Amino acid sequence: MADVRLEQVTRRFGSVVAVNNVDLHIKDKEFMVFLGPSGCGKTTTLRSIAGLEKIDQGRIFLGERDVTELPPGQRGIGMVFQSYALFPHMTIADNIGFGLKIKKVPASVMAERVNRVAQLLYLDNLLHRYPGQLSGGQRQRVAVARALVIEPAVLLMDEPLSNLDALLRLQMRAELKKLHHAINATTIYVTHDQVEALSLGDRIAVMKDGQIVQCDVPMEIYDKPANVFVGSFIGNPPMNFIRGEIMRENGQLLIKGRGFSITPSTRFTPILQGRSEIILGIRPENFRVQFHEPTDTTNAVRASVEVVELLGNIRLLTIDLSGSILKVSVEPHTAVNPGENVWLTWNEDKLCFYDSETEWAITPSRVSA
Amino acid sequence: MRLRKVAFYAVAILFAVWTILPIVLIALAALTPRQELYSWPRQFVPSTISLESFQFFVNSHGVLASTGRSVIVAVATVLIALLVGAPAGYALARFRFRGKEAFRIGILLTRMFPTSLLAIPLAVLYLKTNIYDTILGLAFMHAALAMPFVVLITSSLFLKVPYDLEEAAMTLGCSRIGAFARVSLPIALPSLVAAGIYTFVLSWNEVFASAVLTVHNRTLPAHIISTLNVSPLNFKFAGGFFMIIPALIFIFIVRRYLLSMWGVAINK
Ligand SMILES: Nc1ncnc2c1ncn2[C@@H]1O[C@H](COP(=O)(O)OP(=O)(O)OP(=O)(O)O)[C@@H](O)[C@H]1O
Ligand SMILES: [Mg+2]
Repeated sequence: MADVRLEQVTRRFGSVVAVNNVDLHIKDKEFMVFLGPSGCGKTTTLRSIAGLEKIDQGRIFLGERDVTELPPGQRGIGMVFQSYALFPHMTIADNIGFGLKIKKVPASVMAERVNRVAQLLYLDNLLHRYPGQLSGGQRQRVAVARALVIEPAVLLMDEPLSNLDALLRLQMRAELKKLHHAINATTIYVTHDQVEALSLGDRIAVMKDGQIVQCDVPMEIYDKPANVFVGSFIGNPPMNFIRGEIMRENGQLLIKGRGFSITPSTRFTPILQGRSEIILGIRPENFRVQFHEPTDTTNAVRASVEVVELLGNIRLLTIDLSGSILKVSVEPHTAVNPGENVWLTWNEDKLCFYDSETEWAITPSRVSA
Repeated sequence: MRLRKVAFYAVAILFAVWTILPIVLIALAALTPRQELYSWPRQFVPSTISLESFQFFVNSHGVLASTGRSVIVAVATVLIALLVGAPAGYALARFRFRGKEAFRIGILLTRMFPTSLLAIPLAVLYLKTNIYDTILGLAFMHAALAMPFVVLITSSLFLKVPYDLEEAAMTLGCSRIGAFARVSLPIALPSLVAAGIYTFVLSWNEVFASAVLTVHNRTLPAHIISTLNVSPLNFKFAGGFFMIIPALIFIFIVRRYLLSMWGVAINK
């Protein structure tokens, strides 16, 4: 049993606060992904859990143990480095067996465990080679095998796939997911690739400036980004954000922005009431594009298509809404040309609302609080 | 472009000849029979290869003893220089600390003082601390001379071993020292040996400090220097050649590492 708990963990480098007062609870056997832009503190957080980084404040618990002061080797973790960090002067077998050798595991047991892990990662034919004689993908698997053989309670991985080419990355991603189910370790995985995060994570912790902005299951993160940053960081193309003013006309709330005016349904009243401005968030795929004026135009917005791009599985439209640019995705077979005028409507269930100043999501509970 | 190439090779050849010619001349003279050496006009190449001068040199008084001392001093120098210098180099490579750049430059500055300038104060200091005319005292001096080289070279060696590797070893159960001993040290070992051999040669060749800091316990170069003006010609040539051989052999063995240590890859 090894859940991981971070309590108010802070790590500074001079004036840079790399990890800023982070609280996080990772459940036993969970696959947790740290996602965020470069320099947001993912690696530093991971290294703090590993014990390679001394934290300035806070405590770290693995299971019941407070490991804050323990050296890396005594924490019960295994780590896969971005560079793989294989020992160049040792064979693959010795690389994988290194941790067992340090722990003075008897040679026969060691050989057996090395073989078992090597088989799991398809390395059994390469055991006598040196790291220099392996391909990138094979090295990556050795790095994983070396971390796994000591049967860590928590497996830490720092961008393990970032040095592989696109196709191999896709393949290894699936293998890592399979592997996670085969072993009994809690996994923490660092990446700045949102697709990797969405596909691998049981939960994703989105980080920015040393803090966790949102930590939730992938679907929630995608559908309900906690703030504008998360919405624009996750999703390719990112979420659209449209600013609008809130008005009251004939007793009804209206949202008016550049080139549009819509009447949201009354269930959004608790969110909109008492505000003068708001940011709407809509994913590109949650628009509906119509080429003729719909019969009901209360919530339809007229705009012109600027660019049409075929991306294979979708057709991506860049739409000009009186000066604001929207990204809208439609069926790849949709016949649409640049310059055409279209009518946009959207799925109201998928609409997100953000405070115009803080850029954080507004939820009814937040309003009442 | 071609002109530059020609000029480059011309200078290189000139330099090589400049270096090799005296060695060749000494070698030839050392292997010439005694009569021929004194005859006039002298042949450039001896008629027969003779080990006569060599035997004379090796058997003359004080040579074997001072050779033995030279070896002991050189070995002690290597041990001291590596034991003190390599950790300093490691620290320079791995840690960030206050005054690091000053430390690095300070190490280089120690080579700015000519040994001759320090000779008298050193001799006085050695006399006061009772290490004057001792093998260990001389080894200290040689180690001090070799130190800048050892520290800077080992620091660049350890810089080339990614710190990741040590961290990986630590996550696998090693202590900090264990990670160094099991990972960085073995990887850097061949180059460390090369640095050690270079230090050995440095001590083996060193004359001045040896002549100043010892009287009875002289190393071979100091012994030869001090007996130079009372010894016959063949003794001088044989002695010179005898001194050059080990240095040449060692440098030849480690030339690959020396070049890579100074950042030039050798062309195969
Ligand atoms: N050893 C260090 N010394 C000084 N500053 C550091 C050090 N390590 C990290 N930082 C700083 O801490 C911040 C967080 O760095 P970190 O490596 O954790 O980011 P990251 O999220 O892993 O980024 P990336 O995606 O680029 O790997 C950055 O501003 C970085 O410059
Ligand atoms: Mg990183």
